Amino acid sequence: MDSFFLTYLWPAIVMIGQSLLLLVCLLVFIAYILLADRKIWAAVQLRRGPNVVGPWGLFQSFADLLKFVFKEPIIPAGSNKGVFLLAPLVSVTLALATWAVIPVNENWVIANINVGILYVFAISSLEVYGIIMGGWASNSKYPFLGALRSAAQMVSYEVSMGLIIVTVLLTVGSLNLTDIVAGQKDGIGTMIGLPNSFLDWNWLVLFPAMVIFFISALAETNRPPFDLPEAESELVAGFMVEYGSTPYMMFMLGEYAAIVLMCALTTILFLGGWLPPLDIAVLNWVPGIIWFILKGMFVFFMFAMVKAFVPRYRYDQLMRLGWKVFLPMSLVLVIVTAFVVKLTAGA
Amino acid sequence: MGLQAVFFYLFAFVAVASAFMVISARNPVHSVLFLILVFFNSAGMFLLTGAEFLAMILLVVYIGAVAVLFLFVVMMLDIDFAELRSGFMQNAPMGALVGLILAAELIIVVGGSVITPQAAQSITTPIPSPAARTNTAALGDLLYTNYVYFFQVAGLVLLVAMIGAIVLTLRHRQNIKRQDISRQVARTPATAVEVVKVKPGQGV
Repeated sequence: MDSFFLTYLWPAIVMIGQSLLLLVCLLVFIAYILLADRKIWAAVQLRRGPNVVGPWGLFQSFADLLKFVFKEPIIPAGSNKGVFLLAPLVSVTLALATWAVIPVNENWVIANINVGILYVFAISSLEVYGIIMGGWASNSKYPFLGALRSAAQMVSYEVSMGLIIVTVLLTVGSLNLTDIVAGQKDGIGTMIGLPNSFLDWNWLVLFPAMVIFFISALAETNRPPFDLPEAESELVAGFMVEYGSTPYMMFMLGEYAAIVLMCALTTILFLGGWLPPLDIAVLNWVPGIIWFILKGMFVFFMFAMVKAFVPRYRYDQLMRLGWKVFLPMSLVLVIVTAFVVKLTAGA
Repeated sequence: MGLQAVFFYLFAFVAVASAFMVISARNPVHSVLFLILVFFNSAGMFLLTGAEFLAMILLVVYIGAVAVLFLFVVMMLDIDFAELRSGFMQNAPMGALVGLILAAELIIVVGGSVITPQAAQSITTPIPSPAARTNTAALGDLLYTNYVYFFQVAGLVLLVAMIGAIVLTLRHRQNIKRQDISRQVARTPATAVEVVKVKPGQGV
């Protein structure tokens, strides 16, 4: 009985505890990321943004949450009820499930699996189902069009994203996310005499890859300027037209969880994860998670600025960019990186 | 072992049950969704056997890409269920025949299969510990050394299929406006604007 407790029950309890902790932190973080998104957008447009609920509007997201939850969920009569309610659940579950393998600090990860990056890639490629199912089950024109667009868009940009991940894997030589961060401890910075600095990270070696990854991440998470699935000027609100109250909130939550995930992934792949930017004692004392959050927030700030600056793409331009520009570029990048890795490995 | 068995039966049961639902669901979109569930549980089974790379690739390729296309096609089809079911008795003998042939072939293959004589050897060769050698690296080593020609041929077949699909569907329609981005970018005031002096009372 004792061994049963030690082998099965205790690890399960620990894992559940860790997951709950991560989930709670993540959800609170998402609430403030949402507020930050609105605030940054407002600041660019010389508005104040949400500023009524709580000091500086800090509780706005929680007020929104309460409002969504207390509204009546409306299910259209012609809809396919099961799939209609399953769709937001799928998108939010998948977006949160990916976080199981994201290391936020050295050894601060729930599941440190060998194929971590593939897992993230696989689960985020499933996120398209939430949108397709929602669009189809609504049994209405605009959602369906939005879902079709979005499916094509996400599948297209996944391809170049996968290739960019391959370039990172080639330079680091591992699929494990913790190893990917650890592999960024030496690089160009060490070569020119600045060891353990921000010049070691992948962003410098793989700068074009990072740019493509960043833009593909925008497209993959349906952020502006690629928010065609919900282009309100053409499709009202795309696949979300028929959704209201809690199901709608879950779609939004899934979307923002995916965005925060993409920020974390950019941090891990290109910005050195939890590594401090310079090898100075003061900076080394700061816990890794603080660096991780700061870098992730920087990436999110860029996401938000793009949303504020860039007008929406037209659909054919989006497809052209994905297939005719990013795909060939990332393919060439993979080949070049492979050659460079092969040539420098011998030296 | 106990936990693995629990998960095996869970994945196996859900996979078989949803495979049954694929063929018995009335709505074809539901069928595809159940098919996705089958894929998902198969990926779980791969994970249980330690083939983590295969499991993830199954997720990415089959669920992330192939099943999306299935779903696309099935959603776009306008299927009349009454009409579909009316032809059931006509098509039943044909379906039964195909099913019988498939079953017979499977039985022949499974019944006639033998374990390769080299199996004893490969079992006795030491298996490196998973910590020292990851799944992905081992697969890559095999694919790019022993099976490199098969790998290349598979790639070539896919390339031919891709080119074929593009050739079959690509058509350049005339008389429509197309955006040529390089031409737009190359435009300068010198090439785009012409200054004309217009005399009063006359057009350009």
